[in-house]
Parts: sequence; C-alpha cells; structure tokens
Amino acid sequence: MAKARLIGDRTNKMMVQAMERRATDVRGRVFQITLLVTLLISLFILGVLIVDVVVDAWGVLTGRPSGFLTGTMRSLSGDPKLGVQQALVGTFWIAVFVAVLAFPIGIGAAIWLEEYALKNRFTRFIELNIRNLAGVPSIVYGLLGLFLFVKSLGGLTGGKSIASAGITLAILVLPIVIITTQEAIRAVPQGLKEGAYGVGATKWTMIRSQVLPYAAPGIFTGTLLSMSRGIGEAAPLLLVGAVSGRLGSNPGFFDFSAINAEAFMAMPVIIVEWVQNSGRDPGFAEAAAAAIVVLLVFVILMNAAAIFLRNHFEKKRG
Amino acid sequence: MSDTRVNPAGGLTVQSLKANPRQARKERLIRDCLGGTALVSVLISGLIIWSLFSEAWTFMVEVDWGSVWDIGWFPRRGIYDIKTLIVASLIVTGIAMIVAGPLGLGAAIYLSEYARPGVRRTLKPILEILAGIPSVVLGFFALEWIAPNVVKTLFGGPAAGSLLAAGIGVGVLVVPLVASISEDAMKAVPMSLREASSGLGARKITTTIRVVLPAAVSGLMAAFIVAVSRALGETMVVFMAGGAAQTAVYTHDPLEGSLPLTAGMTSLARGTDSVVGEGLTFQSLFFVGLMLFVVTFALNVVADRFVHRVREQY
Repeated sequence: MAKARLIGDRTNKMMVQAMERRATDVRGRVFQITLLVTLLISLFILGVLIVDVVVDAWGVLTGRPSGFLTGTMRSLSGDPKLGVQQALVGTFWIAVFVAVLAFPIGIGAAIWLEEYALKNRFTRFIELNIRNLAGVPSIVYGLLGLFLFVKSLGGLTGGKSIASAGITLAILVLPIVIITTQEAIRAVPQGLKEGAYGVGATKWTMIRSQVLPYAAPGIFTGTLLSMSRGIGEAAPLLLVGAVSGRLGSNPGFFDFSAINAEAFMAMPVIIVEWVQNSGRDPGFAEAAAAAIVVLLVFVILMNAAAIFLRNHFEKKRG
Repeated sequence: MSDTRVNPAGGLTVQSLKANPRQARKERLIRDCLGGTALVSVLISGLIIWSLFSEAWTFMVEVDWGSVWDIGWFPRRGIYDIKTLIVASLIVTGIAMIVAGPLGLGAAIYLSEYARPGVRRTLKPILEILAGIPSVVLGFFALEWIAPNVVKTLFGGPAAGSLLAAGIGVGVLVVPLVASISEDAMKAVPMSLREASSGLGARKITTTIRVVLPAAVSGLMAAFIVAVSRALGETMVVFMAGGAAQTAVYTHDPLEGSLPLTAGMTSLARGTDSVVGEGLTFQSLFFVGLMLFVVTFALNVVADRFVHRVREQY
C-alpha cells in the first residue's frame, strides 16, 4: 500500500506543479532555440563555403569561362591557356567506368540478395561484408588500386592510367549502389509480387515486370548519389597516381586511346594540385576555386536531383 | 507419344505442371549470374585484405623497428615514426568530434522532435546537400577560410594549415553523418513512449532529454562511432589543411602542422613520380593503410552491433 500512496503523492505533486507553473516554459524555449542554432550553424557553414568559393572563383569564371573549360594544366596561374579540360575528360571517363561496372554489378547483387538469396548464414555474411566495405576509408581503396591495378595488372590497365582509376572508383561506390538498391527493392509491396506469380509469371518475369519498375526511382536515386560520390573522390586517385605537375597530352572526350595511357587528371585532383601550387603562386587559389565551382555544379545537381526524386516518390506513395 | 505433356486419359500429370525446360534453363542462368555479382563484393574484400597484408608483411619483416618509434615521419630517410601519425590522427579526430558531436546531435534532436513537417522538409535536404560536398572542397575551405578566420582570429594559430584547421574541417564534414544516424535512432523510438511521458505531465524538454534520448542511446553511440571511424579515414581535408608537406616532426600541438595517418600515406604517394623506390617507402604505405583499415573495421563492427540493438528493441 505504501508504494501506491507514494505514486499517488508524486502524481498529485506533479499535477499541482503543472497547474501552478508559469505559462511559458523558459528552459524549454532556451533548449529549443539552442537546438535550432546548432542546425543553423551547419547551414550557415554551407552558405559561407559556397559564397567563399564563388567569390574566389568570380574573376576566373566571369573573365574567361570558355577558356577555363577548354584550357589545360599550366605552370603559371596567369597563363591564359590555364584550364580544366584534361581534368574534365578524366572525370568523364571515371564516370563511364562507374556507370558500366558499378551499376550493373551493384544492382544485380542487390536483386540477388533481396529476391533469390536464402536467409542463411552465408547471405548474412555477404550482407555484413557489404556494410563493412561501405565503411572502409576511401584511401584504402586507393591502396587496393595501387597494388592490384597499377602494379600487378599494370600490363592490362596501363599502370597509372584512367582505367586503373576508373575501376578503383567503381569498386569504391559498389557497396553504396548495392545498399541503396536493396532498400528500394525492399519497399516493393508483397502484393505486387504475389499478383505477378498469380498470373503465372516466372521469378525473373516477376522481377522484370513488377519489382524493377516499382523500385526504379529508388534505384535511380542511389545511382545518382553514388555517381556524385565517385566523381568527387580524390584520395584514391592520388594513390593510383594522377599526375602532378604538368600533363602533356590533351585527349578529347571520346579518345579511347587515353583510357590506358600512362597519365591522367581528374577534377578533384586538379583542385588539390592547384591548392598546393597556391603556396608559390597565389593566383592558383582562384583557379582552384573556379575548378571547385565546376565540380560542385555537377555534384550538387546530382545530389539535389536524387533528394528531390526520393522525396517526391516518398510523398506520392506515403 | 509425341507430347508427354498431354495425358491421353485426360487430366494433369507432373509433366504438364513442369515449366517449359527452355524457360527453366533461362531462369537458372539469370539466378546464377545475379549470384555471381553478389560474390564480387566478397572478392573485393578478399583483395583488399590480401593487398594490405602482403605488402605490410614485407614491411614488418624487413623494417628496423627502432625507426618505427622515433622523432618524426621521414619515410624517405628510413624513419617511420608511427606515433607522429597516430597522435596527429587522434588530435584531428578529437577536434572533429568536438565540432560535429554537438552540432550533429543538436540538429538531429531539432529535426526529429521539434521541427514542424514543413520546416523539416526544407532544412533536411540542405543538410543532405552538405553531406554530398566532396572532401576536396572542404579541404580548400578549411585552408582558405577556416584557417585565417577561425584558427588565426579565435585561437591565435597560423593562417596557413594546422591540425586545428584540419580538425574543424573534418568536423564540418561529419556533421551530416552524425545528424542523420542520430535522427534515425530518435525516429525509431516509439511514439507511445513520448505520449506516455506527455500524459504524465512532462514538458517537451523533459520528454526529449529523459525519455527519447535514453531510449535512442544505442543509435546515438552508433552515430558517434561511425563518425569517429569516418574522421580517422578522412584524407583530403587533413592532407590539404593539415599544415605539413611530406614529412613531419612529432608534435601534439593542434596549432602546428603534422601528418595524420591518411595524410602520411597521401603525401608519400604524391611525393615522387612513383612510390616505388628507396627502401621500404612503398611497403610503409601499406603498413599504415593496414593499421587504418583494422581500426576503422573494428569501429564499424561495433557500430553495427549498436544499430542492431536498436532494431531488436523496437
């Protein structure tokens, strides 16, 4: 009985407190505002970052926009032929490698894991393995690329070539493709699948005609996110051996011989290169900022499209 | 009997229920191909471990272990002082977590508990955009903006790169990660707990701090651990804004420049045309990589356990 009375007493006290306390909850308000401020600080940093980069890049971007896009790597920042074309070509090919290797393999693996795999220890091991791969630091993938594609298979890939870099980055984004595709497939309603079986579809027909179309927006979102991750990644490229200093050749976008040529450049790496050059030649900081703007345009567009797509379909299917 | 699928006596046989053999073969082929793609991930893990171990092993066998505990990181002179790299990594990660912990957690609590749906729909995508910014961009930002405006003005440090500038930059980079995992953890707390708390007369702040946060604590731990792992493995920010070129003398002063593990590897790979060459420089790269891999792997496994615990509870 004593316990029951104690509970009753406390409730009573709380009720009295609740009725007597001031209408505004000062502590609660302060807490809420503090929380909002922490969120706004993050958004403020994003704003400062973008403004800072654009201000630094303004001179180059407004002064000679097309010259910058078609120019090449130079040793002086004042060189009117300074630009990012070599890096754009490199990043274009890396994107092709990611799309050709990581997307089909990743989507295939996700379909197998969600629709075919038995729920046994082996499947759990594969899934755990994929989650762990997603957490491996990007530079470790660089070491893999350096050891495997540059050294061991150098004869095939051309050593420190765009092929080595592209395969390395495709491996790096593979776990992200698998995980996002799995989530998209998991969201397909069971009823759709049963309906397809009901009218006599085989497993693959069911997947092709029901699962994939329904999951398509989610899969597309995942591929966009992994592509933007792939083209923004620099650390593995530094290890796989993007050139430093000057790059003599300037291949066009569809020059296939450039794929396994022993030298390449990519957007994130040219930024690092120019930031380091800015120590001896401050003008390079502006060139780096301009290159960042070019890279960010691609990355932010892809991310924004992915986020918009996801929110759109989430709302529609709610 | 030309067609075994038709029973002359009428009715169905086992044969007639069987799928078209060509169709069945196609189905099996597709299943095997898809299974093969799933095995690629296992192959990749195996290759990563093999490449790290084979080169790191050579290093461990051949290196003079006295040079692994020395005055600094000068790989080209055969001095591989690993403690320089580890201490720099710990400093950067510590600073990053001091920045990202409160910012990420605060943002997560606000988005999960306080923000109205409309506000949430506008603020969350912006945070996700921040998550998608490449780390080279944050490296540039840390060097060109954080160093002169924050490190120099507030802490009296150098306007050029330093461990502090790199740490703040890495912190900004992992804020969205902390926020998104923490928010998921809090969203997983059942509404009934909040309703029960409010029903007992608790204020919102009391409900949030005394009910929601303790209920979500496994997920919050996971967020913290994943962020530490990510900060340890972050490369470009520490390489660009860490304030050291290719070598570093041991220091534990965050206002000085030094080389964390990842920056040590990058600068070594970047230093010459080829990492192949003098002594064990090439192998030391893999030794450092192996250490980083083991530590981040352990952290990720622990974080995975915590995430699973959340799922089992609710």
